[in-house]
Amino acid sequence: MIFRVIWFILWTVLWAVYFMLDGFDLGAGMLYPFFARDENLKKDILNTIGPVWDGNEVWLITAGGATFAAFPTTYALMFSYLYSAMLLLLFSLIVRGVALEFRGKAEGQNWGKTWDLAFFLGSFLAALLLGVAFGNIFKGLPMDAHGYHGSLLGLLNPYGLLAGVLFVLLFAVHGALWLSIRLPGIDKAKKASALAGRLWYPLLLAAAGFLVYTAFATHLYANYLGYPLLWVLPGIAAAAILLIKFLTLTGRDMAAFLASCVTIVAVVFTGVAGLYPDLIPSSLDPAYSLTLFNSSSSVYTLKIMTVVAVVFVPAVIIYQFWIYRIFGRTNTSGRAEKEKAAY
Amino acid sequence: MDTLALSRWQFAITAMFHFIFVPLTLGLSILVAWMESRYVATGEETFLKMAKFWGKLFLINFALGVVTGITMEFQFGMNWSAYSRYVGDIFGAPLAIEATLAFFLESTFIGLWVFGWDKVSKKTHAAAIWLVALATNLSALWILLANGWMQHPAGYVLRNGRAEMTNFFAVATNSYGWLKFLHTVLSGYVVAAFFVMGISAWHLLKKNEVNFFRHSFRIGASFGLAASLLVVLAGDFHAREVAETQPSKFAAIEANWKTQSNRAYSLVRIPDVKRERNYIDTLKIPGLLSFLAFGSTKARITGLKDIRADLRPPVMITFLSFRTMITLGFLFIILAIFAFVYSRRRELETRRRFLYIMLYAIPLPYIAAQLGWIVAEVGRQPWIVYGVLKTKDAVSSAVSPAQAWTSLAAFTVGYGALAVVDVYLLGKTARKGPDDLVAGYGAAAPAGEERP
Ligand code: HDD
Ligand code: HEM
Ligand code: HEM
Repeated sequence: MIFRVIWFILWTVLWAVYFMLDGFDLGAGMLYPFFARDENLKKDILNTIGPVWDGNEVWLITAGGATFAAFPTTYALMFSYLYSAMLLLLFSLIVRGVALEFRGKAEGQNWGKTWDLAFFLGSFLAALLLGVAFGNIFKGLPMDAHGYHGSLLGLLNPYGLLAGVLFVLLFAVHGALWLSIRLPGIDKAKKASALAGRLWYPLLLAAAGFLVYTAFATHLYANYLGYPLLWVLPGIAAAAILLIKFLTLTGRDMAAFLASCVTIVAVVFTGVAGLYPDLIPSSLDPAYSLTLFNSSSSVYTLKIMTVVAVVFVPAVIIYQFWIYRIFGRTNTSGRAEKEKAAY
Repeated sequence: MDTLALSRWQFAITAMFHFIFVPLTLGLSILVAWMESRYVATGEETFLKMAKFWGKLFLINFALGVVTGITMEFQFGMNWSAYSRYVGDIFGAPLAIEATLAFFLESTFIGLWVFGWDKVSKKTHAAAIWLVALATNLSALWILLANGWMQHPAGYVLRNGRAEMTNFFAVATNSYGWLKFLHTVLSGYVVAAFFVMGISAWHLLKKNEVNFFRHSFRIGASFGLAASLLVVLAGDFHAREVAETQPSKFAAIEANWKTQSNRAYSLVRIPDVKRERNYIDTLKIPGLLSFLAFGSTKARITGLKDIRADLRPPVMITFLSFRTMITLGFLFIILAIFAFVYSRRRELETRRRFLYIMLYAIPLPYIAAQLGWIVAEVGRQPWIVYGVLKTKDAVSSAVSPAQAWTSLAAFTVGYGALAVVDVYLLGKTARKGPDDLVAGYGAAAPAGEERP
């Protein structure tokens, strides 16, 4: 029991960290064509995420791998039931990764333009689809003894779409704040932080709408009624969202970025706390929900995996943090402007 | 075609596509790390230029290795959900360990390497690429332990309607997996060595940057000689393990129909699958097959006729793939010896014909590696987990043929496009040579941040 709960929490942590990290580079990718008109600014943007995007994406791979190892039934059913959506997500990620890595490897007008478009589309679609997927998981999938009764279009229900929009806006604000702390030169940083401030309004609207709609479309609040202490989580999310605005207004961009990290983590925890003990509820009959009891690995496997996680995940966090510091230090000097840099 | 057949095609196509990029990554990461270390140790600019030039090719290849790898991980759940449910308890663990242990290291430090030329000390920078090399090889270890478990399951029981892990140690020390690891990473080193030699040969033929490419060739030749000897040695051990644990595969790779002791090895053999015998079977070396498989000329070897027809793998493709892989293996040794000798004696530039051969040999190790996977995977059929689960029982029930058609078409077209872009970029970068890669670190070197 205890190991199942531990893995349920670790599972949430992995997704939360993934969204927190990849969120800003997906966000930067969505803003990219609107924010950057000239080639220099484009390269600046790409240079801010270049060193870290792959490391961020591995959190997704690890979240997927951990789902496989700790909750194999959930992994098997989630990926096969959502086949077409997963395929789209996969292609978004592929296109985006290739665009990032290949854009700077050759020259020419069309070469650049093609990869710019691919980079934008991949980033946008990945964010949207991840939101739609999580919205539908919160809502429950139509599954029972006979399997799955849904379809790709069925996933695009209003609640799922709202979740998608919420993710897109969360990541867009997050990405703008990232740019505000990493772009070289005060002007560009200011511009990015102003953009975050403007995007904040629709984000607030979507978040509020989502919280209200959740009461009607899902059973997530049932746990909250049982354990009122859980309200701390959405409380943190709400406070952090408000802080973002306050901090951008007062020009403290680094703090604003951290607030948006907290927002994303708190939003994920808010949702998953409502799911517990389900990983994926059935919208047809709760007897067929995938819970941490009926879909987990054996306790032996969970123990092994716990040891692995306890030893290696902290190490990963330490060296990734170190890398962020290395690239944080020098980027503000404006050097990259002088040089036709990386991508 | 049904979902099963479509999923098999899709897995084979996407896995083999992933494995175009994997072997070069495995070997070239080490070579680039070596070159950069030489620079740090000697301060000679040529080595730095080398690390940058070969590093640039490495990165183009690496990018596709990464994006095609994500597909592999998704696919187990998407297409093989019955499999994932049945063996996830065991199979998921090495996959998750691979991600936490290897992928994080690899992806984080490649970022530092590419963008950190003037942000960290020379030593730290060289350490970054060594960490990448270590991590890619570690990732191979864990994925091959996972694959080794499918070939030779260990440390599990069948319980609660699935295979559950009872002994992690047995999974992590599975000799099948370790042999696979050795053989596979060595095959990657061969790929990388021939890649470096082949491209260097082209430039030497054109007389571009002769010093630079002579040197690169020499590094490739030493590495390639060691790797091509060792890959054959490891392959020999591997074949013995197969003989012991998977008699059906072993019978198929040798097209051995009758069970007999003291089996001879035929240098020339053409199987006649319909009539369960061989058309041509000549140039026999007595007792050699028994000896190769079990270390004794007397050993009995199971023939295909003694294996139920529905438990036999496809013979022809397995047999031909194996024979070709081996032939190529010996060819690589010969080529590597010449390469080593000529480059030591500094007579490369005069051996124009040999340089042409090395140029056209670039694809051969790739082909050998692909054939190896065909031997391993097709030879394991009809099992997906040998002796435990059949491939036909592993497929997702929720996926319709229409969905599987769509994804198969999408992968074929999408990957085809990626292949075109990749070949274009590699070709362009390789031909351009190292001229415009300004060497140096620090603020004084404006191209420091140019992706090397
Ligand atoms: C022998 C080695 C080997 C084999 C058999 C496989 N891979 Fe692989 N994989 C690697 C060796 C590798 C690598 C060398 O570590 C790669 C290739 C290029 C790269 O960037 O890392 C990689 C990349 C890579 C990535 C991207 C990692 C990142 O973002 O940095 C994933 C998710 C996978 N692989 C997953 C798989 C799965 C699920 C496989 C099983 C079917 C598989 N690979 C077969
Ligand atoms: C650890 C890594 C791997 C695992 C777990 C694995 C597992 C599988 C699975 C699930 C299938 C599907 C069953 C089937 O199609 O028959 C398969 C088939 C296949 N795989 Fe692998 N595979 C791995 C690596 C690879 C690689 C790297 C290659 C090639 C480069 C490869 C080549 C093939 C081929 C050719 C088939 C088709 C065999 C057939 O269908 O007859 N595999 N493998
Ligand atoms: C005389 C030389 C060789 C022998 C005896 C040999 C033997 C084998 C055997 C028995 C397998 C099947 C293992 C299984 O079924 O699981 C295999 C697989 C493989 N071989 Fe070879 N091989 C040789 C040369 C080569 C060369 C030169 C390369 C590439 C450069 C190569 C690359 C591979 C790969 C990538 C695999 C699939 C992974 C694996 O199963 O280890 N082999 N080899």
